[in-house]
Amino acid sequence: MAELNYDQVRTHVLNIIADIALDDDVTSIKDDLLLREQLDLDSMDFLDIVMELKKRHKIEVPQEDYPQLATMQSCVTYLTPKFNQ
Amino acid sequence: MINERIVITGVGLTSPLGDNLNDFRTNLLEKKSGIVHTEIRHMGKVAAGLCRFDETKYQPKKMRKRGTRVGAISIYCANEALKDAGMDLNLYDKNRVGVYLGITEHGNVETENEIHDLYNSHNLDASFWSHHHNPRTVANNAAGEVTLNLGITGPHYTIGAACAAGNLGLIQGLQMLRLGEVDVALAGGVSESTETFGIFAAFKAQGALGHHDDPALATRPLDTERNGIVVSEGGAIYVLERLSDALKRNAKIYGEIIGYHSNSDATDFVLPNTERQIECMQSALKKAHLTTNDIDIVNMHATGTTQGDIQECEAIRKLFDDTNASINATKGFIGHAMGAAGALELAGNLPSFNDQLVHSCFGITNLDPQCAIKGLVVDQPIKKNVETILNNSFGMLGINSTLIIKKYHA
Repeated sequence: MAELNYDQVRTHVLNIIADIALDDDVTSIKDDLLLREQLDLDSMDFLDIVMELKKRHKIEVPQEDYPQLATMQSCVTYLTPKFNQ
Repeated sequence: MINERIVITGVGLTSPLGDNLNDFRTNLLEKKSGIVHTEIRHMGKVAAGLCRFDETKYQPKKMRKRGTRVGAISIYCANEALKDAGMDLNLYDKNRVGVYLGITEHGNVETENEIHDLYNSHNLDASFWSHHHNPRTVANNAAGEVTLNLGITGPHYTIGAACAAGNLGLIQGLQMLRLGEVDVALAGGVSESTETFGIFAAFKAQGALGHHDDPALATRPLDTERNGIVVSEGGAIYVLERLSDALKRNAKIYGEIIGYHSNSDATDFVLPNTERQIECMQSALKKAHLTTNDIDIVNMHATGTTQGDIQECEAIRKLFDDTNASINATKGFIGHAMGAAGALELAGNLPSFNDQLVHSCFGITNLDPQCAIKGLVVDQPIKKNVETILNNSFGMLGINSTLIIKKYHA
């Protein structure tokens, strides 16, 4: 199976965020800025993101790696190898 | 302060018969049923009373998804009550606002959902168990969601009191106002019980789940053909204030809580106790400095179970047979709203102070002779000058509660 590229992984992450940040416009997220600064997200929301990655894509994010989810760019960079495993 | 008069200045509700007091009252007077058939997990088709309020009228979608159904009911009712009271909490010290909500049970809905997913979607892998489980299932959830939504920093908690809980929420609010602990109490009862199959299954196992091909006839308190309870959801939250504060702001006053009581049967897990019910009503009357002759409406708990209805009728007959009190029951219209029942059923009668009507019962075709009590408003509303309402709510483990509300007079 072909490996997922940046944009494809980004789409998966964005779909999850869109289902969590239900009241926010997620179409204008800037990849290099903190997600918390662009969206109304708190710690419970980040736990939701972790859970959805596990449910939808069988991807585990250990607690020590949670800081990797700070920006869209860091999310995709961190998750791409996991999507392609 | 301990003798301060406590008044109702706002009402917010959602019920199977309307999402505001006016609609609810109109539908009761027009004798509409709020019971429908619905599908419940593991149960199939059952009769239930469901609410149709807008869950995100007062909260963001994300917070609704994070919270619970009963949290959404509570937030809706609390906001509606404040709006009805013309009260802007931003003008108040929010440390001095309390939230006191009666609940029959809590946590079953989320626990059942998680266990369902654990077995059916996650192959018993507990690492999929939601981090939302604990904040959703803590017993203070319903009241806590209200404080989060409204930025209230005063006390909040729920009062677990089975199906007497709606009245107990109001009693707690009254007591905290009289103790000077708060200046505003958001008090009442709420229930999300229709979201849990367990409560339906347990009533069925007990032989107490009401059913009929026509859902409107699935629960018929006091009728010979009654066969049990219809589970409903809903909520009613009241703004309570000390009379002195209400007068200062020229608040609309629905009525004054002049009497209350709660006691315990100490006899059975589920069966009622006529003597303790009588004592509960008598104690409430004593606190109100009234006699049975002063009561204009008695609202029965009347759930539609054979023994429960008969024993309550016996209690009411002993106290009110020689009076002109009118007797009605609400659960034939909306089912049993559990923790919300007492508070919702009070709301159904509260407009009587103004419209001078007493709503009837619903679904009585053949009145059980053992339930043929004097003053029962069987079929159609009656015209009557109403000054006082006595509101009964009883629950499992033998908990009884009575509230007495009086039309406000300076």
